[in-house]
Amino acid sequence: MATRPTTQFGTERTGICIMSIASEMRGILPTANLQRLLDALSAKGYRIIGPTAHDGSVVWETVRSVSDLPIGWRDQQEPGRYRLEQTASQEVFGVVHGPQSLKPFVFAPREPLLQIERTKDGFAPRQMIPQLEKVAVIGARACDLAGLTVQDRIFLNDAYRDPYYAARREGLFVIAVNCVRALSTCFCASMETGPRAKTGFDLALTEVDDRLLIEAGSEAGFDLLSDLSLSPAPQKLLDEAATRVDACGHSQVRRLERSRLPQALYDAHEHPRWDDVAGCCLACTNCTMVCPTCFCHAAEETPDLDHQQTAHVRLWDSCFTQEHGYIHGKNIRPTIKDRYRMWLTHKLASWIDQFGMSGCVGCGRCITWCPVGIDLTEELSALLVPASRSSVTSQQVEGP
Amino acid sequence: MGDRLVHHGEATKKAARPRLAVFKFASCDGCQLSILNLEEDLLALGQALDIAYFPEASSDMKPGPYDIGLVEGSITTAEDAHRILSIRRQTKVLITIGACATAGGIQALRNWADVEAFKQVVYPSPEYIQSLSTSTPISEHVQVDFELWGCPIDKGQLLRVITDLIAGIQPRLPADSVCLECKRRGNVCVLVAKGMPCLGPVTRIGCGAICPGMGRDCYGCFGPSEGARKGPGLPPNTASLAKHFHGGLQLIPIEIMRRFRGINGYGSSFLAESNAWEKKT
Amino acid sequence: MDAEADSMANPYVIYPATIVGKIREAEDINTYRLRFVDEQARRQFRFKAGQFNMVYLFGVGEVAISIVSDPDEPALLDHTIRAVGRITKAIADLRTGDVLGIRGPFGQGWPLEEARGRNMVIVTGGLGCAPVVGAIEYILRRRTQYGSVTILHGVKTPQDLLYRERFDAWRRFPDTEVLLTSDQPDKSWSYHIGVVTELFELVSIDPPKSIVLMCGPEIMMRLGVPILIRRGIPATAIYVSLERHMECGIGLCGHCQMGPYFLCKDGPVMRYDRVAQWLGRTGV
Repeated sequence: MATRPTTQFGTERTGICIMSIASEMRGILPTANLQRLLDALSAKGYRIIGPTAHDGSVVWETVRSVSDLPIGWRDQQEPGRYRLEQTASQEVFGVVHGPQSLKPFVFAPREPLLQIERTKDGFAPRQMIPQLEKVAVIGARACDLAGLTVQDRIFLNDAYRDPYYAARREGLFVIAVNCVRALSTCFCASMETGPRAKTGFDLALTEVDDRLLIEAGSEAGFDLLSDLSLSPAPQKLLDEAATRVDACGHSQVRRLERSRLPQALYDAHEHPRWDDVAGCCLACTNCTMVCPTCFCHAAEETPDLDHQQTAHVRLWDSCFTQEHGYIHGKNIRPTIKDRYRMWLTHKLASWIDQFGMSGCVGCGRCITWCPVGIDLTEELSALLVPASRSSVTSQQVEGP
Repeated sequence: MGDRLVHHGEATKKAARPRLAVFKFASCDGCQLSILNLEEDLLALGQALDIAYFPEASSDMKPGPYDIGLVEGSITTAEDAHRILSIRRQTKVLITIGACATAGGIQALRNWADVEAFKQVVYPSPEYIQSLSTSTPISEHVQVDFELWGCPIDKGQLLRVITDLIAGIQPRLPADSVCLECKRRGNVCVLVAKGMPCLGPVTRIGCGAICPGMGRDCYGCFGPSEGARKGPGLPPNTASLAKHFHGGLQLIPIEIMRRFRGINGYGSSFLAESNAWEKKT
Repeated sequence: MDAEADSMANPYVIYPATIVGKIREAEDINTYRLRFVDEQARRQFRFKAGQFNMVYLFGVGEVAISIVSDPDEPALLDHTIRAVGRITKAIADLRTGDVLGIRGPFGQGWPLEEARGRNMVIVTGGLGCAPVVGAIEYILRRRTQYGSVTILHGVKTPQDLLYRERFDAWRRFPDTEVLLTSDQPDKSWSYHIGVVTELFELVSIDPPKSIVLMCGPEIMMRLGVPILIRRGIPATAIYVSLERHMECGIGLCGHCQMGPYFLCKDGPVMRYDRVAQWLGRTGV
C-alpha cells in the first residue's frame, strides 16, 4: 500500500469527492467476503452495529456476522406504510432504511446528564458523560450522514458544545452505503444530500451485484482499508457503481421545492392548507422521533422516594407535545395546526436562518412513519401556492 | 384537596408520615395489586407512608382522615355513590388509579346496554342485584386531584406521584401520545410496519409502550392523550386515526367502534369517537 | 483529565447555591438571594444585567429566572420568582439556609452599557416584570451615567400592582418620572386610568436620545411599539424582553423558539426590529 494520503483528509472528517479518490483509497471486496470487514472492525475494538430485520422493519442492532444483516430483504415504503419483502437475491444492503437514522447513537433518546445526591451542603452533581465507546455503524445512508452533519452543527458547533453528544460522536465510525435503489418516499436528490454519501463517512460501500466497492472517507477508514489489502477496483466497476447511484437519484419521484425557502414558508403562515393538514395530523410526534435532525429534548428528574438521590435526565421531546409550547398560564401552540406549522416551518425555513442549512435531509422517514401518511413535500407544495382565502385570514391576525 | 399534599419546605424537614388509604369500588383489584407488586419499593413506601387503610393488603384498617387516598374502581351502585362522598371528605389528595376509577372501566360498556336484560340473563335471582344502570368514573361524583390511567396502572408512575406528593411537589403526569415513548424505546411502529390498528397515536403515555414493544397494537388502556377528562389540552385527533383505520387499514365501522369502545370507552374523546362510528354501522 | 476544567466545559452542570435571604415581594412572589456553596463557582461567576440563570430545585427540575441583582456584585445573586408552576410553587416553600441549584448565566440582557448617556424609557405591563426591575435598579444605582429615566407601568387592577414601594422609591431619584396606570381601577387607585400605551401621551420623549426597554404581555408590545415609532423612536432603539418555554438555557432543547430565534441564547431581550415580524403571529 502507498503512504497515507493525509492531505486528503486534514484533521477533520471533511469527506471527499468520489472522483478525486486516489486508487489506493478504494478497493473491491466480494460480498461473500464481507465478514472480513466486520472482523477487521472487531479487531480494532469496534462494536459493530448494523441493520437487522426485526418486527417487520430493520432496526440497528449489534451484529457479529454477516448473516445478522438482512440478506435478501428489501423495504417498500410509502406514506404511512412500511413493508419488508424477501427477494431471491443475496443483496446485503437491499433494505434502504428503518425508522431510525444515526441519531440515537449520538443524541440518545434518554440520557442521564447528572446523577445528583443530597449532601450536607445541599447536593453534589456527578456528570454522567458516557465512556468513550468505539462503535462502527454499517449501513448508514447518505441521508443519515447528512442528518449527522446537521446534528453535529447543532450539538458541537453552536454557542454551546454538548459534551454528552461529543463523547458519543467521538467513538463513532460510520460505514456508509451508497443507495442504488430509491424508495417512493425518498427525495434526497432534491435536497442534494444523496443518494451518494458525500461527507462524514469513514468508509462507503456500493453494492454492485456480488461485489462491494469500498472507499475510505477518513484517516480511520483508510487505516481499516489498508488492513484489508483489497484488490484495486477496475474502472468498469467504478463506472457501473456510479451509474447505478446516479440512476437511483434520477429515479426518485418525490422532490422538495426548496428554492424559495425560507421566506416563502414564512409568507405562508396564514395559508388555509394548515387547517387541512391539522385535520389529518395526530400530533403523535412520530415524524419528529424518526427525523434524523430533530433535536428537541426535555428534562426530567427521577428522585427516589426519600429525595436523597435523583437523576437529571434528558429525553427526546417533540414540538407536537402539549408542554413544548407551554409558558405559565398559556400555551403558545395549543392546537395541532399551531404545532404542525411550527414543525414544518422550523424544519424547512427557520432552521436555515438558525444553522445555515435545511433541517430536512430528504430521507422520507416522516412520510413513511406518519401513521396517517402526511407527506411534507406535498404539504410544502400546497403551501407555496397562494390561496384565495389567505388574504382573509391574514387580516384576522392583524386584529386588535 | 389540592395539587400538593404538604409544603415542600415542610416535607424536607421530615414531618409526620403521610397517611395513605387505598379504596376499592367496581374493579378487578389489578391496580391495587400493582401497588403490592412494587416489591422492594413497597418496603420503602411503607417506611415513607403510614399505610392506614388498605384492605387488600391488611386487615388492620385505621379510620380517616387520610392524606393520600388512592381510589380504584368505578361507581356502579347507589351505595358506592354515597361512599365516595364520604371518602372525599376524609381525604386530602384523592387520586384515581386505573381505567375503572378514571374513565368507568370496561364495565362502562353497560352504559350503552340494557343492564336489566343483563341481570335477567346472568343471575338466577336478579331481584337481589342492586345496581345502577351506569358505570361512571369517580370524577363524575367528586373532585379528583390526580388521575392515573391504565389497566392496570403503571406502578412506576404511581411511585413517582407518591414520591412527589411526599416531597410537597405537585406531581407531573404527561399527557403525550404513546408514540413518543414507543420511539424513545426503539420499538418499530406496528401500525406502519404491520398495519395493526394501534391506538398509540391517540393514547396517553405512561405505560412504557409495552404492547407495541411486544409487537402488539395499543388498545388504549391509558385513555385518550392530552385533553382527556382532566387537565389542559385539546382532545386527540381520534377522527383522523379512525378514518385511517377505515380507509387505510380497511376496518369496517363496527370494528372501529369497538376499537375505541374498550377499557376506556367511556373516556371522553374515545366515547365520542365510538359513538360516531356506531352511527355508521 | 482535569475534572474541574471538564466541569466548567459542561454547560449542564448545576452548582448548589444557598438561599441567604428571602424577600417577600407579594403574595406569591419572592426574591431569593443566592450564594454559591462552592467558592470557585462564586469567584468565577460573572453576568450582565438582564441575563438569566436556570434555577434548580433538587429532584424537581429547573426553571429559567432572570438575575435581578447588580452585575457588579456577582457573589450574591437575586432571583425574583413567582410561584406559578410545579417547580416555582415548591421553591416558594423554601427558607433561608435551604439550597437551590444554579446553572448560568445565559442569554442576552438589556443593552445597559450601550445605553449610557441616553434617556431611558421603560415600559412595563402586567404582573411582576422582574427582568425590568433589575434593569431599573441598575440604571438608578448609576444615576449620573444616564439621561432622564421615564418608567411607565400598567396593570389591569390595583391588586396587580407589585413593588409599590419600589415605584415610590424610584420616583424620588432626580430626573426620574414614574407613571402608573390601571385599566380596571377601583376607588383606592390614585394614579392614571387606562392602558399603559395611553401614558405615552403624558410624557415628553426625546426620540433621538431615547432607548426604550419593554417587558410585559406581547400584546402590549405589538400595540405600544408602533405608537413609539410614530413618535420618532427608531425600531432599533426599542428592546423587548420576551418569554418562551426554556428548558436548557443553551439553545439546544428547542422549546424557546420564536421564528428563527432561540430566546434563551438570542434573547430573552431582543431588539424590536429583529422580532417585529414574529410578534403576534399565532403559534410562533
